Amino acid sequence: MPSTTYLEAIREGLWEEMERDPNVFCIGEDIAEYGGAFKVTAGFLERFGTRRVVDTPISEAAIAGAAIGAGLMGLRPVAEMQFADFISCGFDQLVNFAAKCRYRWNAPVPIVVRAPSGGGIHGGPFHSQNPEMWFVRTPGLKVVCPATAYDAKGLIKAAIRDNDPVIFFEHKGLYRRIKDELPEEDYTVPIGKAKVVREGRDLSIVTYGAMVWTALEVADRLAAEEGASVEVVDLRTLMPLDRDTVCASARKTGKVLLVHEDTRTGGMAGELAATINEGAFEYLDGPILRVTAPDTPIPFSPPLEEAFLPNADKVLDKARWLYRY
Amino acid sequence: MNAVHATSADAQHAQEEGLRAELAHKFLYYMSLMREVEDRIERKLYRQGKVVGGVYVGRGQEAIPVGSALCAEPEDVMLPSHRDMAVFFIRGVSARRVLAQYMGRVDGLTRGRDGNMHMGDMKAGVVSIISALAATVPVAAGVALALRYQGKNGVAFSYFGDGATSRGDWHEGVNLATVQKLPVVFICNNNQYAYSTPLHMQMACANVADRGAAYNMPSEIVDGNDVFAVYEATRRAAAHARAGLGPYMLECKTFRMTGHSAHDAAHYVPKEMFEEWGKLDPIVRLEQRMLEESWAKRDDLDAAQAAVKAEVDDAVAFADRSPWPDPATLLENVYQNE
Ligand SMILES: Cc1ncc(C[n+]2csc(CCOP(=O)(O)OP(=O)(O)O)c2C)c(N)n1
Repeated sequence: MPSTTYLEAIREGLWEEMERDPNVFCIGEDIAEYGGAFKVTAGFLERFGTRRVVDTPISEAAIAGAAIGAGLMGLRPVAEMQFADFISCGFDQLVNFAAKCRYRWNAPVPIVVRAPSGGGIHGGPFHSQNPEMWFVRTPGLKVVCPATAYDAKGLIKAAIRDNDPVIFFEHKGLYRRIKDELPEEDYTVPIGKAKVVREGRDLSIVTYGAMVWTALEVADRLAAEEGASVEVVDLRTLMPLDRDTVCASARKTGKVLLVHEDTRTGGMAGELAATINEGAFEYLDGPILRVTAPDTPIPFSPPLEEAFLPNADKVLDKARWLYRY
Repeated sequence: MNAVHATSADAQHAQEEGLRAELAHKFLYYMSLMREVEDRIERKLYRQGKVVGGVYVGRGQEAIPVGSALCAEPEDVMLPSHRDMAVFFIRGVSARRVLAQYMGRVDGLTRGRDGNMHMGDMKAGVVSIISALAATVPVAAGVALALRYQGKNGVAFSYFGDGATSRGDWHEGVNLATVQKLPVVFICNNNQYAYSTPLHMQMACANVADRGAAYNMPSEIVDGNDVFAVYEATRRAAAHARAGLGPYMLECKTFRMTGHSAHDAAHYVPKEMFEEWGKLDPIVRLEQRMLEESWAKRDDLDAAQAAVKAEVDDAVAFADRSPWPDPATLLENVYQNE
């Protein structure tokens, strides 16, 4: 009986890491007494006190900068952005300083920045974005986008133990929607490793985040409709990218459909297509296709948001076409 | 009884005088070293093409990094700005390594990955300069938070110019530090220009120190060309921060005796300002005081300057011999174990 939600999994991971390592602490807006906008840190104040659960003014640059400063001093801060959208206010600290410290002056910055991202919750243009690519193309940062409760817990723990800065995207639409049975014992999920979440022979769907669930639904439907055997690859980490797993799947099935909730131009699909072109071109039996959000801000009104977001019907259309190709 | 008393007071006075004289010699050494290294970089190596890229010097401002950093305790952490080279020397980074940094060689603090003052070394307790102005201020708050978290009695020294105080990061960082009562000493070098922008186009208040009131932060105006004044003020500020009373700001009034950078002739600065401030050169003032107080004779001062020149000659030669970084290392160290 699966019992732990994606949100609880992150919370458990964070809690256990704080119990394990006295250098781990949380910093962010409304995270202490209030427990965070999404309640990920509810109850942390009572257990860990104000020393380790630091409420800040509304200052994303200061949150990011202070986390970096504390990280340079050997602590392991976990900073919370109330919404991933507002990470832009702390952008410079992350991309210009944190990302470059190791390369420039050999100074590790072991920080995690948690960023609730993603649409489907009627949050509108400022509370629904998928800003992962802002960071994917900043060498020195790691970018993680878990899709399951199991991975969310394992990856938050791995991120906290990692000696490089990690931007941890939590999909808001998954927070309370999905569950897993989690192991009792301590475990981590390695950063930089994709996972084949469903094996198949005819077609690969490569995706991450909430779209993993969409891809799995499409795999079921295409199997029922056409008897197709669809493989689903969950990237889990976008940077460093697990190119080997992606290319292995492409070589195996010869047909690849790329899916992401993020907008189209400059999205992950472009990089994946180039990667497959470089690593599996000889094996391809069809064009590399993609289903993504269009190049617009993410709109608020439900019919508009629905039109914007990729969904199973849109993915199924492309998957069917490619399967029959 | 009285006689004994008088003797011990005299002894104490003599001891204090001795310490002040010793301090004055230290000031002179670090200020002269910074002046000489920067002169060599800006007026020689840059023109010879041996230093490429941006060169920003702190000529005329040496009293600020020297007077302040010499107050720091070993566990304090320094976050210098781009005209504070002496902070590195005081923290034990040699002129050799600083010159190798400017020349892009492997013996520079960043091994050629970055240039000029954009360097740091946590082992020396110096956080790298961040090119984006004022970004260092929230980082200083985080360093101070960590010092307190770790139960250390250390203080973060956060340096910036007048122009940097216009940025949002500055205000966010100062606000966080004051709300959290963090042990930070904020040290502003107000050299009255930010690149070509004069102070009155940078802020509507007369002094950077005026900004302190908005954060309930004690803020002092200091003669930034008087190294003793900077030293005394920094001691007050550090004692305040170390006592857990929160941040303290020093606005050190000074003047940038050069263009913004080596390529900038500063035509926009009225000539009279250079003349007026030239008379207040902090090294000349220190030497005069040392002579007046009989802490040194002219010969001693000349010998000290000659020693500094010899040290810099050696450092330049060292940097010139230091190897270039191997392009094969380009991909290394973006992440751990790569
Ligand atoms: C965010 C940002 N904008 C612009 C610059 C370019 N820049 C470098 S130094 C400088 C002037 C800085 O003035 P101030 O803070 O007063 O320091 P000073 O150079 O006078 O010591 C400028 C505009 C920068 N480094 N960072």
